[in-house]
Amino acid sequence: MSGGHAHGGHLPRDSPVHRLPPECKLLAAVAFLLVVVSTPRGWWPAYAGYAVLLAAVAGLARVPVGTVLRRTVVEVPFVLFAVAIPFVARGPRIEVLGLSVSRPGLESAGTILAKATLGVLTSILLVATTEQRALLAGLERLRLPPRLVQIAAFMLRYAEVIAAELRRMRIARESRCFRARSVRAWRPLAHAAGALFVRCYERGERVHLAMLSRGYTGTMPAGPGAAAAPRSWAAVAVLPAAAGLVLAAVGTVLR
Amino acid sequence: MTAPALEVSGLAYAYPDGSPALRGVDLRIERGERVALLGPNGAGKTTLVLHLNGILSGGPGEVRVGGRTVGRDSLREVRRLVGIVFQDPDDQLFLPTVAEDVAFGPANLGLRGPALDARVRWALERVGMADAAGRAPHHLSFGQRRRVAVATVLAMEPEVLVLDEPSSNLDPAARRELADILTGLDVTVLMVTHDLPYALQLCPRSVVLSGGRLVADGPTGRLLADTGLLAAHRLELPYGFDPRNLPVSAPVVGDGT
Repeated sequence: MSGGHAHGGHLPRDSPVHRLPPECKLLAAVAFLLVVVSTPRGWWPAYAGYAVLLAAVAGLARVPVGTVLRRTVVEVPFVLFAVAIPFVARGPRIEVLGLSVSRPGLESAGTILAKATLGVLTSILLVATTEQRALLAGLERLRLPPRLVQIAAFMLRYAEVIAAELRRMRIARESRCFRARSVRAWRPLAHAAGALFVRCYERGERVHLAMLSRGYTGTMPAGPGAAAAPRSWAAVAVLPAAAGLVLAAVGTVLR
Repeated sequence: MTAPALEVSGLAYAYPDGSPALRGVDLRIERGERVALLGPNGAGKTTLVLHLNGILSGGPGEVRVGGRTVGRDSLREVRRLVGIVFQDPDDQLFLPTVAEDVAFGPANLGLRGPALDARVRWALERVGMADAAGRAPHHLSFGQRRRVAVATVLAMEPEVLVLDEPSSNLDPAARRELADILTGLDVTVLMVTHDLPYALQLCPRSVVLSGGRLVADGPTGRLLADTGLLAAHRLELPYGFDPRNLPVSAPVVGDGT
């Protein structure tokens, strides 16, 4: 089985970053990203500074750089979109490698790429240092509506069941000599998607039944655990605060 | 004379589209009995099971669990007394770890802290899965998941354990392990199954549900030897299996009448 994927990208380690309460890490990541997205277009030194901060976090968490970089491939479709911008945007044009591209377009694309990459890196680090269920518990302690947290928990639990079901359906299709090679293949694929939806819906009903049979009344019995210590909040505040300092410093230099 | 563990009288039920599923079922199961509920697909077995803890209701007739009538006010108590182990363990196990899942039922009953932990450990020990407490359900084998599913229900200390197709998809070793666990439990068992040898092995008494009615009730060995009865209700023994050839039949607890 896909044991590596089963933990959703979590890298078990014993590091100061791993030990922090999940809700602190979640809020720190959000605050850090708020600083990142509010950085004006084209402030390249600031982006570099943020990247250094993230590298420091990765070092502290003992997360291998190679692993982090490999996981950034999720960003690829987005990169393709950003690459198109300089060619379609208006404004004064400049020559790059013999191609005429829009200068503000190039700047926008670079900014989007930098911010998106920082966002992806932050998420990868958060996930690598926090177990999935700890993240859910953290969300609950941050007073996210319990119903939403429950839905997220179910998604995590059943994603693999559904993936396995999808895999079995694909193997069954291919065992009957089906190959998705032309538009005509869309019809059976659409039917398969519909069948999977119905099966998931029915499974949802059966899970609910099984929960009712064990006395479920709409709320999960285990309430939120202990609140995080002020020390932990102070520790995680370092990241967004440092990012804010980078932003301020770059701002005074560029102005 | 104590009340029977389970008493169903005149129970009828029709699906929302009007087609009848149960047409007047009477069944009485004494405390400590192990009874197999046999019947072809579509006989109404699952519908009957879902009435036992009040998931389905609204038709004529009555279900009493340990003397308590199943109704709106008794749902909580009845769902503690009647534990249902569903056929697909993936439907039953929905929390990230085995221990959390086993704790779900008793926590719904209000158990907390060390008492809850002790109950979880106790239930997992009963099914030989204490070592798996911290593991994720989807990393267990199918047979292990089935045993954990039994533990999730045992943790509520039910008086009646209802199992829907407990032997389905199990390999012979897992099947035997589950049989050992079930025979070692001190609860009333109602086992829905198509697996007639398993019924004979575990349940001294069987009832046959067909077309929404109970058509037979008696010692399992006698019912399975009745070829006419089996043929009339689409029940079939595995090839080469003859219950009359078994040297020792399972001990008979109730007289089955």
